[in-house]
Amino acid sequence: MSEKPVKGERRVFMTGNEVCAWAALAAEADIMYGYPITPQTDIMQYWTRLGPKFGRKFLQTEDEISAGFTTVGGVIAGKRAFSATTGPGNTLFQEPMSMAEMMRIPTVVIIPQRGGPSTATVIYSQQEVTMTTFGGNGEGFRIVYSTAGHQDLYDYTIKAFNTAWKYRFPTFVLGDGYQAKMREPLTIYDPAERGIKMVETEPLVGLPGTPGVDRPAQYLRNTYNTEEELYDVVMDIAKDYEKAAPEIIEWQDFDTDTEMDVLILAHGVVSRSAQGALPLLKDEGIRAGHFRPITLRPMPEEQMRRAAAKAKRILVVESAYGQFLKLVKQSLYGMDKPIDTLLRPGVGVTAEEIVDRIKEGR
Amino acid sequence: MTREEIALAPNMPKCWNPETKPHKFCPGCGHGLALKMLGEAIDELGIQDKVVFGCDIGCSLLSWDFFNLDSVQTHHGRTTPVITGIKRARPEIIGIAYMGDGGGYAIGAQHLVNSATRNEKVTAILINNTNYGMTGGQMAPTTLPGQKTETTPYGRDPEETGYPTLGPEMVASIAREGAYVARGSIANLRQLKKYLKKAIQNQIDGNGFSFVEVMSSCPTNWRTNAKETWSFVEKDMAEYFHVGEFRVPGQKEEK
Ligand SMILES: Cc1ncc(C[n+]2csc(CCOP(=O)(O)OP(=O)(O)O)c2C)c(N)n1
Ligand code: SF4
Ligand SMILES: [Mg+2]
Repeated sequence: MSEKPVKGERRVFMTGNEVCAWAALAAEADIMYGYPITPQTDIMQYWTRLGPKFGRKFLQTEDEISAGFTTVGGVIAGKRAFSATTGPGNTLFQEPMSMAEMMRIPTVVIIPQRGGPSTATVIYSQQEVTMTTFGGNGEGFRIVYSTAGHQDLYDYTIKAFNTAWKYRFPTFVLGDGYQAKMREPLTIYDPAERGIKMVETEPLVGLPGTPGVDRPAQYLRNTYNTEEELYDVVMDIAKDYEKAAPEIIEWQDFDTDTEMDVLILAHGVVSRSAQGALPLLKDEGIRAGHFRPITLRPMPEEQMRRAAAKAKRILVVESAYGQFLKLVKQSLYGMDKPIDTLLRPGVGVTAEEIVDRIKEGR
Repeated sequence: MTREEIALAPNMPKCWNPETKPHKFCPGCGHGLALKMLGEAIDELGIQDKVVFGCDIGCSLLSWDFFNLDSVQTHHGRTTPVITGIKRARPEIIGIAYMGDGGGYAIGAQHLVNSATRNEKVTAILINNTNYGMTGGQMAPTTLPGQKTETTPYGRDPEETGYPTLGPEMVASIAREGAYVARGSIANLRQLKKYLKKAIQNQIDGNGFSFVEVMSSCPTNWRTNAKETWSFVEKDMAEYFHVGEFRVPGQKEEK
């Protein structure tokens, strides 16, 4: 490969989509497969401009089903392959991603969420949480990073490739249209110079030597004959997933060391409004804290419960009608905590709105 | 090995995996014959170490461990994009996508059409058995007018369900220069092998998309005995689906 796309460290001011393209370059991604959909398309546009300068490839497919399955093909051929999609495209991606789950294929997909259901808006939402964490006919054996801003997009796009290839689960970078389209300052860097080693990729087909002569043939499948056979396969995947989960989970907490009147639970860009609400609430004499899961799958459940234990009430805030709420309830099951909500499907949430919601009480 | 197996062994293509034989297709099924010709074609081209074989969902999935080839079983209709993805990532691999008529002409039609128009350098092989074999004999895009299936119990009415897909004709009309397109039959294995070899050689030569439809049998769902089975392949199907090469690189179209 030619010279490194990102050398040293550089302060930049970019849109989130441009950040993702640079991150994939820096992460030594080999090939992108994709189908245009707003607000994701710029990732492809930047990739197709930058990629060829560094020997990277691109294929524009006929739809997202094909984008997903060609990405699967690229990965099993041993390449760091990725895609990006959103909304109805994410819906079509669920079929190939269920294959990736079953066959432990480390695909990476970037998802700047747009409004839903259906075609809805091309602007912003957090309504693809359920689909990205538990979509497809499967068990949700996936890794989902929910980013809150441009530095996150850079850091976690790079990390997604390493997590995927280390643990062999399909991995998603879940952003949103605001992050995709807005410009923000951030630092881009050569991962190697920060001590980040890219996990080696490995072909699952097309290995050296003649199959059956020099080595056994590789047989990859997702179909099984008996219930028992399938059960064993799924339970093995579940075991690996549970084992990897504590190493994968990431979170941030703010002012959660002491007793709280309210703990705000939010993820992604909404977390920034929650962070902004904390000093405002303090001025009002309300003791508030905030917990932000960075991985929505696996969920940092213990950490969330620990924070929740110190709060009188919980407030769940999201730009969806209860998708994150469902994950929260599952994580806090059995805890005797009242949960309030501020659910704003498809629209943004400001710090002031969070403060107002808390002041207004239940 | 039984006497019969020993007697059969020398006939087995070298790239077959003997440990998974006898294979799992029904007696009289055309899949086995097509895969035998494919095996011989691979042997004669000497490419066992370069092929990645992809099979669809449908009875083609029974070939997931059929060959001593690196193999991937995909989803219904999605073998073409998986093989395309592999080929794009590793152009030195010879990618073969093996599918049924439902997989290629119905659920995966968009992939067939677009791989052909993009002139993807992969080889797609499609088994036309005029029905959905694996799911128990429903109508396929290739079901003949008047043919009874589980979802056309009174015979296929083209007025209601359209006419059978003419796959190679369609692919030939949209494919670009460099494409190879043919229809063979299990009724003429020598010719079928020739087509398969050319379809793979065309990929090796880097010319473009290669597609071979194979007229095949499904006695189980046709509910036919050996004689009726052959008659259906050689007469009924052959009347509707014409054997031949529809596109050969560097050559005028021929039929
Ligand atoms: C998305 C999806 N839809 C439906 C099915 C069910 N299904 C399995 S095989 C098959 C038809 C297979 O027919 P064909 O492709 O002609 O192959 P054949 O078995 O005849 O060789 C169908 C509909 C499936 N597996 N996946
Ligand atoms: S059902 Fe038909 S296509 Fe499938 S194995 Fe049996 S004969 Fe072959
Ligand atoms: Mg069929």
